[in-house]
Amino acid sequence: VAMAGNAWRSMIHTVTMIPGDGIGPEISSAVMKIFEAAKAPIQWEERNVTAIKGPGGKWMIPPDAKESMDQSKIGLKGPLKTPIAAGHPSMNLLLRKTFDLYANVRPCVSIEGYKTPYTDVNLVTIRENTEGEYSGIEHVIVDGVVQSIKLITEDASRRIAEYAFEYARNNQRSSVTAVHKANIMRMSDGLFLRKCREVAETYKDIKFTEMYLDTVCLNMVQDPTQFDVLVMPNLYGDILSDLCAGLIGGLGVTPSGNIGANGVAIFESVHGTAPDIAGLDMANPTALLLSAVMMLRHMGLHEYGKKIETACFDTIRDKKVLTKDLGGNSKCSEFTADICRRVVDMD
Amino acid sequence: RGVPPPARYGGRHTVTLIPGDGIGPELANHVRELFWFCCVPVDFELVNVDSSLTAEDDINNAIMSIRRNGVALKGNLETNHNLPPSYKSRNNLLRTSLDLYANVMHCQSLPGVKTRHRNIDIMIIRENTEGEYSSLEHESVPGVVECLKIITRVNSLRIADFAFQTARQNGRRRITAVHKANIMKLGDGLFLECCKEVASGYPDIAFDTLIVDNATMQLVSRPQQFDMMLMPNLYGNVVSNVCAGLVGGPGLVPGANHGEHYALFEAGTRNTGRSIANRNSANPTAMLLASCLLLDHLKLPAYAHMIRRATLSTVTETRMHTADLGGQASTSDVIKSIRNAIQSTGPLTQSI
Repeated sequence: VAMAGNAWRSMIHTVTMIPGDGIGPEISSAVMKIFEAAKAPIQWEERNVTAIKGPGGKWMIPPDAKESMDQSKIGLKGPLKTPIAAGHPSMNLLLRKTFDLYANVRPCVSIEGYKTPYTDVNLVTIRENTEGEYSGIEHVIVDGVVQSIKLITEDASRRIAEYAFEYARNNQRSSVTAVHKANIMRMSDGLFLRKCREVAETYKDIKFTEMYLDTVCLNMVQDPTQFDVLVMPNLYGDILSDLCAGLIGGLGVTPSGNIGANGVAIFESVHGTAPDIAGLDMANPTALLLSAVMMLRHMGLHEYGKKIETACFDTIRDKKVLTKDLGGNSKCSEFTADICRRVVDMD
Repeated sequence: RGVPPPARYGGRHTVTLIPGDGIGPELANHVRELFWFCCVPVDFELVNVDSSLTAEDDINNAIMSIRRNGVALKGNLETNHNLPPSYKSRNNLLRTSLDLYANVMHCQSLPGVKTRHRNIDIMIIRENTEGEYSSLEHESVPGVVECLKIITRVNSLRIADFAFQTARQNGRRRITAVHKANIMKLGDGLFLECCKEVASGYPDIAFDTLIVDNATMQLVSRPQQFDMMLMPNLYGNVVSNVCAGLVGGPGLVPGANHGEHYALFEAGTRNTGRSIANRNSANPTAMLLASCLLLDHLKLPAYAHMIRRATLSTVTETRMHTADLGGQASTSDVIKSIRNAIQSTGPLTQSI
């Protein structure tokens, strides 16, 4: 949108809100309350994405959800239930395919006030999310011999590399590291590496390095401060992004964003639906809130993002109204109210 | 399984020694000198493998030597991953040609080594020959590469059986199989199925499963919950490096590769250490402990115990630490300390 900064910031932006299942609705409403307190220029359009069978018999997301996303381009999503019924595809997979969500981005920053053995973590994992080991192509060759196919293509590799460097530039990050195992998977990871190198040539302002997956793992758990932006194929990304989430405190406090083609971006909490505490006002909305902050930054609304993030971190650091998973005894509503109060006080 | 090669020529064993690249040669020398110093009845057959050559003669010689001797100690061989696929990883060639199907790494917290987590004691059993390391790739259409991951019932049963037997022998109470069967339903599904099948024959050992991304998350937050972990090749690569990092890094943990007929010992995380080569700064602990595993395998427990105790006490008591452990000692400082420890408590050694 070629709009002057002030005009963009005073515009009201529509965001498609997908509350999800389990604790989804309550953490979504917590986020909406906090945004309201912050007077963020966001208008929420709630939609349900439970898969339905389309006219051709193919599973798809409800047309009103798709329409909303196509219009707003930005989505915020809570946890979705994994369906058990046969034939019903994974909802996350369906969303990914519908909007061609090719990049999964997870900034992992240590939360001051939520102690883990690792302090000063400040890195971003960028995972190619459409191909690689998750192509779902498997065959039984003969009884007792299974072949799973990992697919690496030039186009997908180039696209994720470009996104990684662009992200680094837009977020003032100084280096991008490609994570691979080209010593063993010479052709596939080799292709991925080559594309990263090619793209690196056009981003001379960003430092580019390559590192074996095992070396990254080895070094990550000893000294995560040496890492900045990491870009990698699907499986390594899956493992590393969760490993890094573990460094800062787990999925309950980790934000995540999925970038799609055509400017679509869906930000989400990556924890589960926690059915055992659903509806009991016990949930921790931090992950979804930090994802929403990531969303604000993506939209160029940095001041609102900073304000809300600061309020959230201050509440956690203060330790007075923490939810159970953060080591406290407070309700979700109390935690939310505290953040709202801080946000209002900042104005 | 694990029958050592017959001692030849008056009770002395011949062991293939492949120095490798980076810090490999200097560490191999230290092992040789220490063995000589301790009068260990082992003769090393030195086989150099030049990883810069594209011809596979060197590695084939090494393989033949190991077939002859039955047991080997090696440093890591560098793989130039910018070379075309025809140039295969020498390390992988060794493992697959000799069918060294089980990789074992025991990661233990050591007193005196500063780490974020304490009381870690995890034994990792990793399938070492198939999975993602099958090296079967092709470019079906320009710009589209397929890489095949192969999981077989035979190898999955074999590694699971190895794990459960090892667990029993070492008093391990629980095995956790690491997988991604929710995504790779057939491949990892088969692996899990085989593990469960074998587990049913060992009711004294508890068995559970964990998805690999959750496993790494658990490892960095609460590694003490794990006892033995069992997994296919690639996840093994990830998990063993995470665990080695958690207990203090690549300089500390040895690794063993076992097959039906051969055994190969090395530093657990298989690093070349190119940037610190020939500076007398590498940590010799992992390699020395690997040589102790070798001595265990050769049924020379007294020597193994003597060298292991001296090596560990240098790290934990004397606290003679190299740079990787935050210290300032050189490799030779550490070796000297180990020799002193051996001299003061061990049987007659060569004079220093």
